[in-house]
Amino acid sequence: MRNSPGGLPGAFFTRDRSQHPPAFAPGYKTSVTRSPDKPLIGLDNTLSEMTGPAFGHDRLGPLDDDLILNFARPGELPVGPRIIVHGRVLDENARPVPEALVEVWQANAGGRYRHKKESYLAPLDPNFGGCGRCLTDEAGWYRFRTIQPGAYPWPNGPNDWRPAHIHFSVFGHGFAQRLITQMYFEGDPMIWKCPIVQTLPDREAVERLIAPLDWANTIPMDARAYRFDIVLRGRRSTLFENRLEGN
Amino acid sequence: MRLPDQLKETPSQTAGPYVHIGCFPRMCGIEVFDHEFGAEMVTEATKGERIEIRGTVFDGTGAPLRDALIEIWQADAAGLHPGRGETRGEADPAFAGFGRSAGDPETGEFVFRTIRPGRVPFKDGRPMAPHISFWIAARGINLGLHTRMYFPDEAEANAEDPVLARIELKSRLATLIARPEAPGVYRFDIRLQGEGETVFFDI
Repeated sequence: MRNSPGGLPGAFFTRDRSQHPPAFAPGYKTSVTRSPDKPLIGLDNTLSEMTGPAFGHDRLGPLDDDLILNFARPGELPVGPRIIVHGRVLDENARPVPEALVEVWQANAGGRYRHKKESYLAPLDPNFGGCGRCLTDEAGWYRFRTIQPGAYPWPNGPNDWRPAHIHFSVFGHGFAQRLITQMYFEGDPMIWKCPIVQTLPDREAVERLIAPLDWANTIPMDARAYRFDIVLRGRRSTLFENRLEGN
Repeated sequence: MRLPDQLKETPSQTAGPYVHIGCFPRMCGIEVFDHEFGAEMVTEATKGERIEIRGTVFDGTGAPLRDALIEIWQADAAGLHPGRGETRGEADPAFAGFGRSAGDPETGEFVFRTIRPGRVPFKDGRPMAPHISFWIAARGINLGLHTRMYFPDEAEANAEDPVLARIELKSRLATLIARPEAPGVYRFDIRLQGEGETVFFDI
């Protein structure tokens, strides 16, 4: 096998952990007992991390990416502001990641999740489930239609609130790229008061999670659009340069 | 080398307490998806020895996590990866290699029904011992945690595994090796913090 200084071609760039929240972030109380004490063991990617599952289009239903309709009763619609959330999944080399699986979940317009452990006063919306998923196209684009979620209080400090947000889970092409994050909405003053947002290392990192209003893609008399691009780890070079001899 | 014009990876945020809504909506009574990814790993046509992996994720106080997302990724019985990025040949088409569990809502125990993976080469060509890659996300976990499960009945392969060899503190090796529970059944508990803390990797 060809040697290359610093690791196997086709491996993902080392994760820049300074861009991510630390495991232990005491302002977010649950992290206190769920953060490893010991240092992580550094491991350059092997095939076990450079490879990753493929998800077929044939497994997706026609309404999987439409949270406005996918739980609504026939002839009814969920309450709340209608929005489009879309963007591209790219890698650190600015290349699109096609067929990335993007899964989202969120609260309804009142800030209430459809989950049995959820106890917020705001009511469930009988027409809103709160989950969606899609695969990116050849240029890395994904698109959901949904309801803008509401802010809600949560038990952490005596008066902590989550800003309106959508949870994103993303699979690229390698298990090392696996990422879960949250998208926030431009102009929301609640963002800067949230202990989970404050786990992020700096303002610039927070801003990369804030989707701007995308006026050009607003649908007149129907829905506003928000744009959220996602960057996954990139590969040092393509796998085509990485034939393992003797296999 | 990183180039100066490279994009930065999107920062992680916790999966929060309601990861089930997005990844296991049926557990929340949300009948939206016809098929949930990672729910079934094998069919009758899958080649290889059937195994079951059971375990629980514990926090630093010893309490089980009941709101975690546990994902596994592995090679097929011949050591080839299904999905993307495999360069050495075609994996068993009846094996997806990917599994996903939320754990039991009461006890937190996860169960994966899969096959024993074959050996996969390390980057220098040496064979790694059979292993399964784990990724854990949950409320309170700010960036998903990577670890690996190795097999207790592969002592010889484990002894020459180049990844296990990276772990200097040999007393921690045991945290990566499952315990036999019954024929074909392995227990792999994951401890996030404190005594017996599982080895996690910066991959």
